[in-house]
Amino acid sequence: MTMNRETLINSILAIALVAVPLIALGMDEPFIITLATKVAIFAMAGVGLNLVLGYGGLVSFGHAAFFGIGGYAAGILASHALNYEPIMESPFLIEGTTQMIIIWIVALIVSALVALVIGAITLRTSGVYFIMITLAFAQMIYYFAISWPAYGGEDGLSIYVRNGFPGLNTLDPISFFALCAVMLAIAMAFSAVLIRSRFGLALQGARQNPQRMTAVGIAPFRIRLVAFVVSAMITALAGALYADLNRFVSPTMLSWHMSGEIMVFVILGGVGRLFGPLAGAALYIILEHLLGGVWEFWQLPLGVLLLLVVLFARGGLVGVLAGERKHV
Amino acid sequence: MFSLFLEQLLNGLQSGVMLFLMASGLTLVFGVMGLINLAHGSLYMVGAFACAAVAAWTGSFWLGLVASLMAAAIAGALVEMLIIRRLYNRDHLDQVLATFALILIFSEGTRWIFGSFPLFLSVPDFLTGTVVLGGSFEYPLFRLAIIIAGLAVAVGLFLLIGKTRLGIRIRAGEADRGMIAALGVDIDRLYTVVFALGAALAGLAGAFVGTTQSVQVGMGEPVLILAFVVIVIGGIGSIKGALVGSLLVGFTDTMGRFLLPHLFATFLDPSSATAIGSALASMLIYIVMALVLFLRPSGLFGTAA
Repeated sequence: MTMNRETLINSILAIALVAVPLIALGMDEPFIITLATKVAIFAMAGVGLNLVLGYGGLVSFGHAAFFGIGGYAAGILASHALNYEPIMESPFLIEGTTQMIIIWIVALIVSALVALVIGAITLRTSGVYFIMITLAFAQMIYYFAISWPAYGGEDGLSIYVRNGFPGLNTLDPISFFALCAVMLAIAMAFSAVLIRSRFGLALQGARQNPQRMTAVGIAPFRIRLVAFVVSAMITALAGALYADLNRFVSPTMLSWHMSGEIMVFVILGGVGRLFGPLAGAALYIILEHLLGGVWEFWQLPLGVLLLLVVLFARGGLVGVLAGERKHV
Repeated sequence: MFSLFLEQLLNGLQSGVMLFLMASGLTLVFGVMGLINLAHGSLYMVGAFACAAVAAWTGSFWLGLVASLMAAAIAGALVEMLIIRRLYNRDHLDQVLATFALILIFSEGTRWIFGSFPLFLSVPDFLTGTVVLGGSFEYPLFRLAIIIAGLAVAVGLFLLIGKTRLGIRIRAGEADRGMIAALGVDIDRLYTVVFALGAALAGLAGAFVGTTQSVQVGMGEPVLILAFVVIVIGGIGSIKGALVGSLLVGFTDTMGRFLLPHLFATFLDPSSATAIGSALASMLIYIVMALVLFLRPSGLFGTAA
């Protein structure tokens, strides 16, 4: 019965995400479409984090690093293309691009490599050490972005024209929303398949009982490392979309507040639940929009709400509505 | 050049000592209560704002300093009794999130009360100016005073932990909380006291640093992350580790920022030497941390996690 209720809530969430921008289109409210696009992108970043946080039980407090890497991949490639400056001339020519698909591939590769290095070091530790070290590595990249002057440093980098996607006018809000929503759907479907696979079961097993996993011949470290890399790649893809949404990328995307926010989307919605990040991101954006319109210091009530969720509503929004307590 | 080097060395010491005031509270709270407290930086900010506000109101820096200790300790005790206490038996994820929420509340609350503009703290008259430390080497008197005061507090903390009855209880609480509760120590009150002590140290550091920089919302966060790096390097829960880690991070950071651009200038043109040098310097402490962890995953003085 409860499972049905969660499925029902998930369906409502999915329908709302598609219906709200369409209604906004009919009412000629492009701002609401932009808000919905933001929800889709943040939810996708959360889907990435949820993989390690929810299913792997690894509290990464540094996912802004990957979100920002995706953003900078979009910003740097676009700026080179728009300024007609090749990124590299020797030994072979590499030019910038304004094609989203190429940007995404670059974002995926770079984030995977960085996550591989960070994961290989941080996954040697556990518990609080893991939390603090993922945070510290993200800060390292943040400070690097601030002090490296070539791509705007602290001021960030503008993308003058939103990058392109074949057959789509990405400057049209509803088209860009559709693109982001499809990407979110792919990420969620991929994540759903992954957690039901042998790999996903091993990842959850490593969370529940690493000794037993080792005893049956599965090394938790390697499973976790792969999960960390995949999680980083999904979040980086969201970051590339976010940079294109704002047509701007700055070190703020790499800051630890961003890591905290991505974590908040996941927890507010429900840790280890497929639709948790979507519910959390939607709630966050709605609160930001409603409270922010009324009171300048809207983060104060947000903090109180978050505190109440942590102390009293441990399954997050989906958990409370579905009335079922899960792990974590 | 040499006196510049000495000055940077002392600046490194100053930043190390201030970091110790932050990191010792953080590591104490983790060691005794097993709690990871992101809001420790907010208590630092509370101390700085209390000092700036009271100093501006009364005209006395000393009253401001007392206010910073009091305000941070009271804020710490209240937060512990109202919220933190419910988190001791929760997992780290809940602790991170709840204390992240506390940061939002503290930061927005402070911005609401004091506004977004930074406040400034002025140094008491007799501590202004510079002091000659041998030959032609001069150093700001107030910075020297901060170093001495910070070192004195550090010594005091070591004596408190090592020699007093409260210190014995704190160490016993780290070792076996069930046992000392069975022996009749009021464990709830001990936890509140430890938390308030850590908060007071953070508040004091905030007031000290507030005099050399501006007092503003968000000032606690960079320091908090540095303090995390410190306790990860030193080993979480170890006060001695916090001291060694603080000095290591303070010196590495300050000297890296000073020396690396010079080092790169020996074989690069000046502008790219500055760019690469400062970019690398900003990452240096994290590289040190990664190295330490690679060699000793539970820190220099940590016991295996």
